[in-house]
Amino acid sequence: MTIAAPRPTLARRLSSTLSTHPRVRLALLITAPVAWMAIVYIVALVLLLVTAFWSVDSFTGQITTEFTWDNIVEVVTGALYQTVTLRTVGVALLVTIVDVVIAVPVAFFMAKVASARWERILIVLVLLPLWASYLVKAYAWRSVLSQEGILQWLLTPFGLETPGYGLTAVVITLAYLWLPYVILPIHAGFSRVPDSMLEASGDLGAKSWATLRLVVLPLVWPSIIAGTIFSFSLSLGDYITVNIVGGANQMLGNLVYTNVGAANNLPLASAIALIPIVIIFGYLALVRRTGALNNL
Amino acid sequence: MSDAVPAIRLRGLTKDFGSVTAVDHVDLEIAAGEFFSMLGPSGSGKTTVLRLIAGFEQPTEGVVELFGRDVSGKAPFDRDVNTVFQDYALFPHLSVLDNVGYGLRVRGVRKRERDERARAALASVRLDGLADRKPAQLSGGQRQRVALARATVVQPKALLLDEPLGALDLKLREQMQVELKQIQRDLGITFIFVTHDQEEALTLSDRVAVFHDGRIEQLGTPQELYEQPATKFVADFVGTSNLFDAERSSALLGRTGVHSIRPEKLVVAPADATAPTGDGERTAAGTVVETIYLGTGNRVVVDLDGGARVSVLEQNDRHRTFVDRRGERVLVVWHDADVVPLSSPLIE
Repeated sequence: MTIAAPRPTLARRLSSTLSTHPRVRLALLITAPVAWMAIVYIVALVLLLVTAFWSVDSFTGQITTEFTWDNIVEVVTGALYQTVTLRTVGVALLVTIVDVVIAVPVAFFMAKVASARWERILIVLVLLPLWASYLVKAYAWRSVLSQEGILQWLLTPFGLETPGYGLTAVVITLAYLWLPYVILPIHAGFSRVPDSMLEASGDLGAKSWATLRLVVLPLVWPSIIAGTIFSFSLSLGDYITVNIVGGANQMLGNLVYTNVGAANNLPLASAIALIPIVIIFGYLALVRRTGALNNL
Repeated sequence: MSDAVPAIRLRGLTKDFGSVTAVDHVDLEIAAGEFFSMLGPSGSGKTTVLRLIAGFEQPTEGVVELFGRDVSGKAPFDRDVNTVFQDYALFPHLSVLDNVGYGLRVRGVRKRERDERARAALASVRLDGLADRKPAQLSGGQRQRVALARATVVQPKALLLDEPLGALDLKLREQMQVELKQIQRDLGITFIFVTHDQEEALTLSDRVAVFHDGRIEQLGTPQELYEQPATKFVADFVGTSNLFDAERSSALLGRTGVHSIRPEKLVVAPADATAPTGDGERTAAGTVVETIYLGTGNRVVVDLDGGARVSVLEQNDRHRTFVDRRGERVLVVWHDADVVPLSSPLIE
């Protein structure tokens, strides 16, 4: 019994051409995503950068495409922008610290203590808030934090009261919103540390604290950094939460929003938007110096 | 064994995982300085016993004693034993030197002394030149030796080895077996060696415990285990055996109970050979169904007329080479003294 050779159909000839021409294959594979990246990421960013060096004609409200440093100078030297930048960075740092402090033990419990079944359940629970709309969650916190809210009711017996609307509320709400993005990479990091590594450390005489400091933290450090990049950069760009629970406070996002909308000054908005980009680049450079990105 | 306090004593040691009993009332004494192996198939409980001794698991019941001291409730870092892990568990972010010095570091030994002792330990496993490398830059055999140096630098009273040679290829494994034995003699400490490789256990050990279903099936020197297996399981797991159930034992051997004979104790003779002359020699006629060339010898499979199939191992020497004898009528000859009675009934 013999098996007939397959007939050279068109599809078959195409397949054989592709299998002998790796470059054609590669081109077919990446053309679309590269084009998408170029348009969505690069072009948008370059436009932002370019717009920051233009200005607005104060009579007509039209954009003048002449090169000027005015927006940059104003953003860097203006007291308002300096204050808001400091406030925004402060909020982003606090949010990041709160998230890491909560996420590390939670992620450790999920990856190393809980049974396989509970680990799955906890992952779903961590992801669950992401199914609800950002706005709904922010307004939920507005209700929780209000003077008549559940937090006030819970704290009254202890002689405390709700922080009300303000920067504290912004930090709490943002920390809540970004927590899943911080837990997940750290959880993945802990999962990659084999149990035998922890056992070996204990076996060699290290108590829990020494094991944590000398073995666990160095190994999950890149994952923690990955988590902080999420919480830090997402906080830097946020303007909705601060509107909802921030009281009268403004963050950089609010300034961008007002300048694009009410003030109709896109070039100035672009210049302001460059601030968080520069800060994030600074943060990445700092992180890179610690060597954390080498192990990603 | 001396009358001194045993290095390790297990009393009624039991470990349940949910409804599964991994270790079932194990009693064991291991002498100081002994090379002791725990041999068994996977799931036999040998690794769990090792982990109970190290302190990674807490026993459901029973006691672990190290040099007469009950350590059952103690954490791994409070036990004077160290472990060489199956996957070596080297810290990937630390250099080889820092890996070896880790145990000293957490004991508060200062850096200079720590590095000195770590270098000496590395020299003892012939890795002096690699102190500054990271574990990822080492070969499997080198990692294995770093793990050994790391576990021995803190001078444990006993070293626990969990299938340490399992990940190495055959040549390297044989080489490391020799080295392990030498290191154990040099250090003079108790080695407890977990393996599923019966040859490795026989080669290295002073004594071997054969584990089966969470219990010790037999405990003895390699020679005792091989020559006098107590049960069908041991006869089958340690080396290969020809097993005879009660019916065939009485028909062929003229004995009651279950028996085994090692393949190398059988001899294949021509069918027309003269009747056995020696005392206790016995024969059975049969037909050769398979002959396999093994290099140093040949395996001849014979269907005896009584219905049993036996495997015979004959050595190739000056007088014998491989001949394909399939279909040939032969006599299988053995000596009564080589028939080993087994305790448990043979289940087929």
